[in-house]
Amino acid sequence: MKILVTVKRVIDYNVKVRVKSDNTDVDLANVKMALNPFCEIAVEEAVRLKEAGVATEVVVVSIGPKACQEQIRTALALGADRGIQIETDSMPESLNAAKLLAKVIAEEQPELIVMGKQAIDSDNNQTGQMLAALLDMPQGTFASELKLESGKAQVTREVDGGLQTVELNLPAIVTTDLRLNEPRYASLPNIMKAKRKPLAVKTPADLGVELKEHSKLIQVTPPAERQAGIKVASVDELVEKLKNEAKVI
Amino acid sequence: MSTYNPPLQDASFVLDQLIGLDQMCNDLKLDEVNSELASVIVEEAGKLASEVLAPLNSVGDQNGATVSEGAVTETQGFSDAYQQFVENGWATLTGPEEFGGQALPNVLGTAVNELWHSSNMAFALCPMLSQGAVEALIAHGSDELKAQYLPQLISGEWTGTMNLTEPNAGSDLAAVSAKAVPDGEQFRISGQKIFITWGDHQMTSNIVHLVLARLPDAPAGVKGISLFIVPKYLLDEQGQPAAQNDVSCVSLEHKMGIHGSPTCVMSFGDNEGAIGYLVGEANKGLSYMFTMMNHARQSVGLQGLSISERAYQQAVQYSQERFQGSNRDGSKIAIINHPDVRRMLMAMKAGNEAMRALAYSAAADIDRAHHGDAASRSRVELYTPIVKGWMTELAQELTSLNVQVHGGMGFIEETGAAQHYRDARILPIYEGTTGIQALDLIGRKTLFDNGTALKHLQQEIQASVDTLRNSESESLQQLGRKLETALKQACNAGDWILDNAAQDKELMGNVSFDNLMMMGYLTGGWLLAKSAIQAEQLKQTDNAYGAPFLNAKISTAQFFADHYLPRVGQHSETILTGLRHTFALDIDLL
Repeated sequence: MKILVTVKRVIDYNVKVRVKSDNTDVDLANVKMALNPFCEIAVEEAVRLKEAGVATEVVVVSIGPKACQEQIRTALALGADRGIQIETDSMPESLNAAKLLAKVIAEEQPELIVMGKQAIDSDNNQTGQMLAALLDMPQGTFASELKLESGKAQVTREVDGGLQTVELNLPAIVTTDLRLNEPRYASLPNIMKAKRKPLAVKTPADLGVELKEHSKLIQVTPPAERQAGIKVASVDELVEKLKNEAKVI
Repeated sequence: MSTYNPPLQDASFVLDQLIGLDQMCNDLKLDEVNSELASVIVEEAGKLASEVLAPLNSVGDQNGATVSEGAVTETQGFSDAYQQFVENGWATLTGPEEFGGQALPNVLGTAVNELWHSSNMAFALCPMLSQGAVEALIAHGSDELKAQYLPQLISGEWTGTMNLTEPNAGSDLAAVSAKAVPDGEQFRISGQKIFITWGDHQMTSNIVHLVLARLPDAPAGVKGISLFIVPKYLLDEQGQPAAQNDVSCVSLEHKMGIHGSPTCVMSFGDNEGAIGYLVGEANKGLSYMFTMMNHARQSVGLQGLSISERAYQQAVQYSQERFQGSNRDGSKIAIINHPDVRRMLMAMKAGNEAMRALAYSAAADIDRAHHGDAASRSRVELYTPIVKGWMTELAQELTSLNVQVHGGMGFIEETGAAQHYRDARILPIYEGTTGIQALDLIGRKTLFDNGTALKHLQQEIQASVDTLRNSESESLQQLGRKLETALKQACNAGDWILDNAAQDKELMGNVSFDNLMMMGYLTGGWLLAKSAIQAEQLKQTDNAYGAPFLNAKISTAQFFADHYLPRVGQHSETILTGLRHTFALDIDLL
């Protein structure tokens, strides 16, 4: 079984995010970037399936400028077999990403596609769902458990009310939630091997996809800074403030 | 407890820009290695260091190893962390390929080792000692011993120890008295060894002790000491650990620091005699120890950087959380805004970056020397006592500054500031005290070659002074003038030593410490000035570092020049006095 995993290059979760002074975007100049944590979980799940003898090949795909090859190499160091970079100037919005991935999937014909449920930069949580719609494939989103048996995928989903288990015909799309697994650390021998694993580069034109602007980024502003709290003298005062100042009751 | 963020950007700056890793790997025909691979390796090692090893650092301090019936139990959590360390292949980094190593250059090993020691020095001592045992076996072991022990030592499946010190043989190893008696092809070893780091533990299925001992017919003194392998468990015919050898841990030392590292009193041959195997030739043990000395001493010097970096990060963090004093509008002031606190933080940052530049440079020279570069070989000899002596002494000052930044809270154990200060205190002592390093630098490394290696270094520093003074940048010109002043002072002192100390052992000893420290501050200041030159050039181009980092690099070099370089002059002045009153008092007046 071939598994395709998507990975996104995002701002490292340890980095304090800063907004550009002209409020046009998040400031990414010389900021430490990393593999999106949800994508890391997706890679880990695919590698475990390979180690368990269920999968035979794990292919990772990333979309973005050349720098995103670093994240592909990270995924290769974690145990994926080969990489594909779709070269774009900037990070495309979800629908464009889904269209590009749909073409790669048409070429690669994987039986399972594992994706992070969302990326921690824009937090959209929609590429997986869009891709499933474009490919008319079954989807199991927010997976906290994944089992593959007799040509079907059993996905336990983390939903608002608890856990829901769905059974999907393959090929299918699974998006990962935090509790699916705990990703490993890359081992030194695998880091060395990753250098020699194949990494193909394609352009949107190669895939016959024209990137369109479906939405526009108007302004980015940092969240309001938290103000210092005050002590209230009585419960009455608290209730009064909650009613009239905070207007929450 | 403090978190640890691997200083990836500075590590990559030193490797790529100051040392020129790509060029070096080209020259040394290490085709597989380049700066891109190096940065991935350092980053991935950094994850294990910060997420797995760092949280165990204070655990080890508060719950040190224990001993019962001759067996040591390490701090809880260490064994799992060690398995992870080994499974991820980190022990194999610099080992030769034929025994399962990754054969990566020593300078990269040094950059990675910095992270292990920063995150948890007590833990990292274990693989560090194994690396020493590996080196000794590679250099001097027979093919048979190599085949039996190297693969497992390099993978980390077994650990190694160095059993040198005895109650009466510390800095003076000529006094070693442990006995080795021939018994067929092998030897029976008996005697007591002390201060044996990670001498016993339960993390691995075997421990390989390297032991210095005397044969019955051995000449007295340094020329009668031989080196033996004494495994904790003897190997069966399949090479697997089987019967327990006659060796045990009698007790653990109660130390002021590195509690997570069991420091053992080891007893060999309490019963029938521990079985040992001779490494190399008889009576050459001590000279074998010397072949590993540069690497071992540089490793301890590196620990000085590591622990100071950890202390610095804690100080930066705390000084932003601690508020003392108010502005006029009533808002509180974080102490990081007070000039004296800022001075301490800058002193730590500048000291650390100078140490990193020196430690990695010296490590890269070991790589070049291994590939036959004679100039690098003599530079390694000169650098090693400076790396060990100066860096571990500076670590005392910098870890103390972290306590100071914490104020009263630093004196209280629960902030963890005290741990780094206590842990650092061993560094100028083990692997040759500062006094030993100072004598090595002034004697074997300076007077012995009539100052040839020293002069080469001085010339290189002069070349950087010229570059700085011809620079268009006012900051660099200023840096050049300050470095030039320090260089002149150091040259004066160096010439004085060459003229006066060669014939006078007492004089040589008197000024040796000042000479060591002077050379440390000079070399550190020079390497930071070189970094500033690189940073200034990079600023003109499209680069991966960004203006804030590069400007900080230049400002840090300037701070070092203002704060530390004047110490070159002070030490130089002291040297020129010959410290002639050192022996002025009779012992009964002391």
